Amino acid sequence: MKKIKCLIKNYQYIIVLICSSLLFTACKNNSSGERARSTIWSTEPTEKIVGEEKAILTDPPMVPPAITRDHATKVIVELEVIEKEMEIMEGVKYMFWTFGGTVPGKFIRVREGDLVEFHLKNNPNSKMPHNIDLHAVTGQGGGASSTFTAPGHETVFSFTALNKGLFIYHCATAPVGMHIANGMYGMILVEPKEGLPKVDKEYYVCQGDFYTKGAYGEAGTQPFEMSKALTETPDYVLFNGKVGSLTGDKAITAKPGEKVRLFVGNGGPNLVSSFHVIGEIFDNVYVEGGELINHNLQTTLIPAGGSSIVEFRCEIPGNYILVDHSIFRTFNKGTLGILKVEGEPNKAIYSGQLDDRIYQSEGGAVQNMPTEAKGPVKLLTKDERIAAGKATFASTCQACHQADGNGIPGAFPPLAGSDYFKGNPSKIIYTVTHGLSGAITVKGKPYNGVMPTQTLSDEEVANVVTYVLNSFGNGGGEVTPVQVSVIRKAGPATTTK
Amino acid sequence: MRKLLFIIMMYIFNLSVGQTPKSMVYIEGGTYVPLYSLDTGKVKVASFYMDKFPVTNADFEKFVDQYPEWQKGKVKPIYADKKYLQHWQYSNKLGKDSIALKNSPAVNISWFAAKKYCECQDKRLSTVAEWEYVALASETKKNASANKAFYQKILDWYGNASTDRLPNVGKKFKNVYGVYDIHGLVWEWNLDFISALATRDSRDGNNLDKNEFCGAGGKGAKNPGNYAAFMRYAMRSSLKANYNIPNVGFRCVKDVKK
Repeated sequence: MKKIKCLIKNYQYIIVLICSSLLFTACKNNSSGERARSTIWSTEPTEKIVGEEKAILTDPPMVPPAITRDHATKVIVELEVIEKEMEIMEGVKYMFWTFGGTVPGKFIRVREGDLVEFHLKNNPNSKMPHNIDLHAVTGQGGGASSTFTAPGHETVFSFTALNKGLFIYHCATAPVGMHIANGMYGMILVEPKEGLPKVDKEYYVCQGDFYTKGAYGEAGTQPFEMSKALTETPDYVLFNGKVGSLTGDKAITAKPGEKVRLFVGNGGPNLVSSFHVIGEIFDNVYVEGGELINHNLQTTLIPAGGSSIVEFRCEIPGNYILVDHSIFRTFNKGTLGILKVEGEPNKAIYSGQLDDRIYQSEGGAVQNMPTEAKGPVKLLTKDERIAAGKATFASTCQACHQADGNGIPGAFPPLAGSDYFKGNPSKIIYTVTHGLSGAITVKGKPYNGVMPTQTLSDEEVANVVTYVLNSFGNGGGEVTPVQVSVIRKAGPATTTK
Repeated sequence: MRKLLFIIMMYIFNLSVGQTPKSMVYIEGGTYVPLYSLDTGKVKVASFYMDKFPVTNADFEKFVDQYPEWQKGKVKPIYADKKYLQHWQYSNKLGKDSIALKNSPAVNISWFAAKKYCECQDKRLSTVAEWEYVALASETKKNASANKAFYQKILDWYGNASTDRLPNVGKKFKNVYGVYDIHGLVWEWNLDFISALATRDSRDGNNLDKNEFCGAGGKGAKNPGNYAAFMRYAMRSSLKANYNIPNVGFRCVKDVKK
């Protein structure tokens, strides 16, 4: 040992020889261990490989078609690493490192027993070397040690998909945590030989936590913040790499009566997900993406670097909300997606609201969030105000009122074509600055909820209200920070609701 | 008389330390603890001169004029793969991008070519130890290894998008020695880049050679917070000597004559 250290100090090339001889020894040990294992545990020899095909890879939330082959084949997978700036939220940019240009990376689907020839390409414009560790690989580093790839190069290795299941893949280049935090993960499904039971819709959802210099929603290009990653305090926790990646017109869809299968992963790097779909119960859960199937689950844990397959039949039309039930992540950091089920209602299973009556108890006051206003006041044009307000809307309002401003019937009133604040923008300013609770009627429908006071500066309120007034078919108009300030200072309940 | 004495003294002083060569700066030797070291010992770095700037395309054009065997298309494949000087239009010059790129760092150059370039200037490539020693310096301090903001700044650069065209040298970061662009422009070749000791899978730290740094947890690393250095070690270990990469350039150093 002492001798090795000494050699290192002198930077002799010979160290490389020592390293590689050690590597060879390690490989030998591994392969003999592997043989021993296969003779004990494997019930049948590896299947014969027939033919060759190129894998179809898909961007999230789509999944490649089910495999219909009844034999193993050689599958060629070509995946390119691309470092590129994308939006992490509307108005907020982040330099992502990606497998295939998306976060999570492209979905790979192979069959148990397939021989996978894996090509990892690193785009010539990359600043970093990258590799890939697929959890579906049996062998050293899960492929990482065979795919360390400099910018502008391509590496190739092959593996046999011995174990079926849903697996995460990720980059394992130093510093590993940072490569993952920048979005370098995705999923590979090894379908069982007999295939998975038929369903009507399949989708790909992968959670990840992100660490930015600026706080959640802070506009502009946000660099990676190492200190937050080390203390595991993310600013963003997201499904599919962006706030709103699965909402509005990007919501995933199904019809009543259809069976839905979600391939859900968690790239991490740090958090464990408590995956839940509001308003659904999972009929089947392939626990941790493996063979064990559990039934009738509400919430399933997905470890960092792990997965789960959940299946359920959609019965009732509605917006079913995908969340990490560590719920502040959902409403404050971004883990919110929507499964939109459109079709005929079934009152027997879900009636909708049947009655709404007064109930008085000791509670019921408007909830307050901290009231201090933040941010300097700038002079903006109306267009700038609308643009800035759009970003604030995405980060603050959209989770409830929806991207299209239609709200959620029975829960969150619509802002689209709203008669509630029509002709009186003060009402909407009041609602944002002081919160609102109790019964109101919007577009002929009763609502009786609580909207908390929002922690936005006068400037931000002016922007977001101006945005709302000029969107969703509302009549237009502009609100200034001064107007907001007046209403804020007047305090709650001086403006009539 | 006093003036004469002063001149004589200066002359003697100059003889003893030698004159700093043109467009190089003097780096006073010292010791530092490398990232991957498990032992408590420090690495000693002797004094040397380092190029102020990374070698530019214009510099490299002059070199291939003088040594045509290093022109694009003429270089032996074992010394440089087919991406050698891929951003040059002609075998011996930039061509259409000449104005934009002549003062930007020479990249797409293999280790062999970089090494030869330095030798032909009567210089050499820096060792990893020398390079990392200089890389410790911020704008104001020779050893900024305790300065988190300094590292974050370097990390921010690593996290930025590559520009379509590399900017000119000497425009941005200048450290306390007067060395420009050691951070923030391109990666740089080192003489012994291959001894960087990161395995191809950066998490083997507890397995093969204990002295390999383990990128996963920073286990065994002197300063686990120094992720910027982890990335340099990772980058170096992904390279082979005949590779030509769009963001790997180089600069030369020179020994101080004793």
